[in-house]
Amino acid sequence: MSLRPARMTILATAAIIAATSVAACSSGNSTSSGAGTGAGATITYWASDQGSSIADDYKVLNPELAKFTKQTGIKVKLEVVGWADLLNRVLAATTSGQGPDVVNIGNTWSASLQATGAFLPWTSQNFTAIGGQSKFVSSAVGSTGAAGQPPAAVPLYSVAYALYYNKALFQQAGITSPPATWDELIADGKKLTTGGVSGLAIEGGSIPENIHHSFIFAAQHGCSFFSPSGAPTFTGAGCVAGVQQFVNLMGADKIASPGDAEYDQNQSVSDFASGKAAMLMWQAAGANLKSHGMSPSQYGIAPIPVQSGTPGSGTNVDSMVAGINIAIYKNTKNLTAAEKFVQFMTSPAEQTILCKAYGCIPPVSAAQSSSAFGTPELSVLKNVLATSALAMPQVSGESQFEQLVGTAVKNLFADAAAGPVAAQTVEQQLASAQAQMTK
Amino acid sequence: MDSPAGKAVKATASRAPMAPPRSFIWTRRIVLSALTIFALLPVYVMVSSSLKPLQDVTGTFRWIPAHITVSPYLQMWQTVPLGRYFVNSLIVCTSAAALSVALATFAAYAVSRYRFRGRRVFTLAVLSTQMFPGILFLLPLFLIFVSIGNATGITLLGSRTGLVITYLTFSLPFSIWLLAGYFDSIPRSLDEAAQVDGCGPLRALLRVMIPAAIPGIVTVAIYAFMTAWSEVLFASVMTDDATRTLAVGLRDYSTQTDIYWNQIMAASIVVSVPVVAGFLLMQRFLVTGLTAGAVK
Amino acid sequence: MPVQDRAGETASAHQPTAPRRRPGRPRRPGRLRRIGLPYLLLLPALLFELLVHLIPMVVGALISFKSLTQLYLAQWQHAPWAGLGNYRIVANFNGSIGQALLHSFVVTCSFTAIAVGLSWLFGCAAAILAQDPFRGRGVLRAIFLTPYALPVYASVITWAFMFQYNNGLVNHVLHDELGITSRPTFWLLGDNSFIALVTVSVWRNWPFAFLVIMAGLQSIPRELYEAAAIDGAGIWQLIRYVTMPSLRSVNQVLVLVLFLWTFNDFTTPYVLFGNAAPQPADVISVHIYQASFLTWNFGEGSAMSVLLLLFLLVVSGGYLLITSPRRDG
Repeated sequence: MSLRPARMTILATAAIIAATSVAACSSGNSTSSGAGTGAGATITYWASDQGSSIADDYKVLNPELAKFTKQTGIKVKLEVVGWADLLNRVLAATTSGQGPDVVNIGNTWSASLQATGAFLPWTSQNFTAIGGQSKFVSSAVGSTGAAGQPPAAVPLYSVAYALYYNKALFQQAGITSPPATWDELIADGKKLTTGGVSGLAIEGGSIPENIHHSFIFAAQHGCSFFSPSGAPTFTGAGCVAGVQQFVNLMGADKIASPGDAEYDQNQSVSDFASGKAAMLMWQAAGANLKSHGMSPSQYGIAPIPVQSGTPGSGTNVDSMVAGINIAIYKNTKNLTAAEKFVQFMTSPAEQTILCKAYGCIPPVSAAQSSSAFGTPELSVLKNVLATSALAMPQVSGESQFEQLVGTAVKNLFADAAAGPVAAQTVEQQLASAQAQMTK
Repeated sequence: MDSPAGKAVKATASRAPMAPPRSFIWTRRIVLSALTIFALLPVYVMVSSSLKPLQDVTGTFRWIPAHITVSPYLQMWQTVPLGRYFVNSLIVCTSAAALSVALATFAAYAVSRYRFRGRRVFTLAVLSTQMFPGILFLLPLFLIFVSIGNATGITLLGSRTGLVITYLTFSLPFSIWLLAGYFDSIPRSLDEAAQVDGCGPLRALLRVMIPAAIPGIVTVAIYAFMTAWSEVLFASVMTDDATRTLAVGLRDYSTQTDIYWNQIMAASIVVSVPVVAGFLLMQRFLVTGLTAGAVK
Repeated sequence: MPVQDRAGETASAHQPTAPRRRPGRPRRPGRLRRIGLPYLLLLPALLFELLVHLIPMVVGALISFKSLTQLYLAQWQHAPWAGLGNYRIVANFNGSIGQALLHSFVVTCSFTAIAVGLSWLFGCAAAILAQDPFRGRGVLRAIFLTPYALPVYASVITWAFMFQYNNGLVNHVLHDELGITSRPTFWLLGDNSFIALVTVSVWRNWPFAFLVIMAGLQSIPRELYEAAAIDGAGIWQLIRYVTMPSLRSVNQVLVLVLFLWTFNDFTTPYVLFGNAAPQPADVISVHIYQASFLTWNFGEGSAMSVLLLLFLLVVSGGYLLITSPRRDG
């Protein structure tokens, strides 16, 4: 038998193996020129979906990017990535070394992404290039990476959770003011749950929503899911109590409709807008409600009630520090241009424009005083952010934690749809989630 | 014992099939009707939902739409760049199918007509590729494409080329197996006659085998196209905004504010019509292809 | 599946011989080309298989011996070797991860057994019942093949729409119209999610069984039926004693292929349930996806995939050994 074709196969195989063992040289995909000013360069920017649809985001961002190009001569190639894909795309870009120059990330992902080492650390030198760290509100900076290391991203948009309530339904039920304590919330919810209307809408199938609320309620019971050294402590008594409290809104208190356990595409917001639910705990729902035809006069906003007392710090937090950060990939070929872009996006002028369009609070102190953020909704959010919001754990396992505990709570809601959930069940699910965390 | 059947046989001899008993006819009617309803129910839901306005389709389900509107069919091109996704899918799937057919034809010819060492192993290896869980080689394939891109400058990630290469390989094993069986059923005397007349083996392949194997080739082409058209996992990782295919793009109809169910249904119908129509038109070939290829 | 050699072919079919009737044609290059030709014909297919299937599989297996988490994503070649560590974790059925894997495995086995069984049953029944021509048979065949022809994501999204708790068709029929259940039931969460998954899988796959068996039926010689009919066999006996045995080789391959496709099916549960499948329907493909892609632990995910592959190899090998017809049979 002739060996030649077989040898060809072997050679081809060897070539492929050789190619794959070449170290994945990092290569950003931008052109570079004008090293000093960055002018003439083109950078790639992946934005997150902040508006009511991806098309909406392009409408908001494109004029601003045109402005930026006019100012600096740097062109920006924009791609708006939906939330379903953003983390995967970021991961893929991290692994392959082929990604954008600048990217939006959920601020809770910062510590996990920081651990990959693929993002530009914001040392004081880099901060100076965009105007200094002090221009940001300190609570927002608290969600940019693990303590003791330079942040992996800088804050871009800030939001917080608040309680939205339907004024007409409240009036009908004879409730004069939004609930100020947790017991009041339950009582009001029960009063409101009649005839096809439920007291509270919950997005029980959504992993991010579950994790955010679980974190807040656990904090209210004094547990923070991670010990100070970064070890997972999901089964602490406070965490179990907090999660149990959350799922029993549906299971025991019955103020949330069982069908909510399936919701993971923001159906709770449309339920609230259509009057099927009287209350909603959400981040900056204003724009979303507007697109469903609910005007700001029809709903009121209040901080989410705490166990007792008024919202504040410690066990009286009522929201996590939610928001979007903006990060630069370390392997960018256009560091100057990218930093100029970040500076532009975090300038008070741009912050005012963008946050006005998206309904968020700018994490840049100078922009916060603008009158655009004096609306009832945004004032409440500003206040919450400033006084009673807590940052999610800034540990490298944060993304895993979100996925595992969020799924555990989703499973618990499936149980809650059938009846009250016992603390033991909650503990089992949380223990199982904890055991799956990588050391 | 079954005298009606026996009598019928004696009456009709070896001509027509005997008249089936009542139990058979009734079983047939019931079973086939039940299966028809089962098969068509989601299709009906798709069609009726695609004609409802958004409030109706997100409200209580109604069999007959209260209001009928064709606006989903118009809006769906705007909500999501459906046209672009359609074109991407068409390009990727047609290329993958064509290349898969070409490669499979050559390989099947070798497997069918030559006795070389390793043929048996090859057949078993082909079958074993059906066992591979996609998850196992998703990340490595991604990394390999990255390395190739870095080493040679050919972008495979986020490009249609990378997806075409992936998809054509997915359908290759089944196609080779099917075509080899099909070629086996073509008498060797045919291509031997051609070779006697002076054709080399390759020309024999082109002139004799392929025309005789058209049903098998069509089968393989349809199978490769359909497999590529439906694939979600690799498409979600290997494409970016410009090269996204329909499989991934349909997810974008669930936006921050609404799930546009009616548009999803309308889009599903529109993207399915070519595949279903083609499949049904070609099903005759499919049956012949399977008969000759796999079944013998 | 034609694994058997065509030993029964005519003698002249042994090897393609060079045309001896052409004197003066140099033999050696022709001979080399002849011997090398099959390999050359196979080469492109082989190269693509290497590139896309085999080398990534090997790399995947390598990754299973590494500790590849988000800490090393950016330089995955330098991730530390974990030896058998990942395997110890995923195969430790006392630990949480191993237990979840085992549970997922059991769910997948029962899901596959039921779904393949029902798909085969429906396909077989339909093919046999539709064998004889009757009015509308062509249309019926087209209708039956439609679920298989529809792209997976389109049809599974529709089923997800039908299975909704609040406004889905299934609950509308069962609860609102027929009043069978006192309250609407969850189909995408909780215990019934298994039934939903089986339903969708059977709906998609039984037309393929129908198609293959229909093709197989066409190759059963008429004489067999007629001979049996003359002996007095009724139609049900014909089916039992003529049709089914003749379909044996077809069924062998069909069941194996359906088994493999169903066991490895990722798209259906992923589109039906999203990123996190409910525990009763946590089939192994989405389980591994969640364990690797969603929690960024690719080492463990790869170890699970390798175990899955080994299991399938063993099962398929055993199946083929047991069901292959004997050489002298």
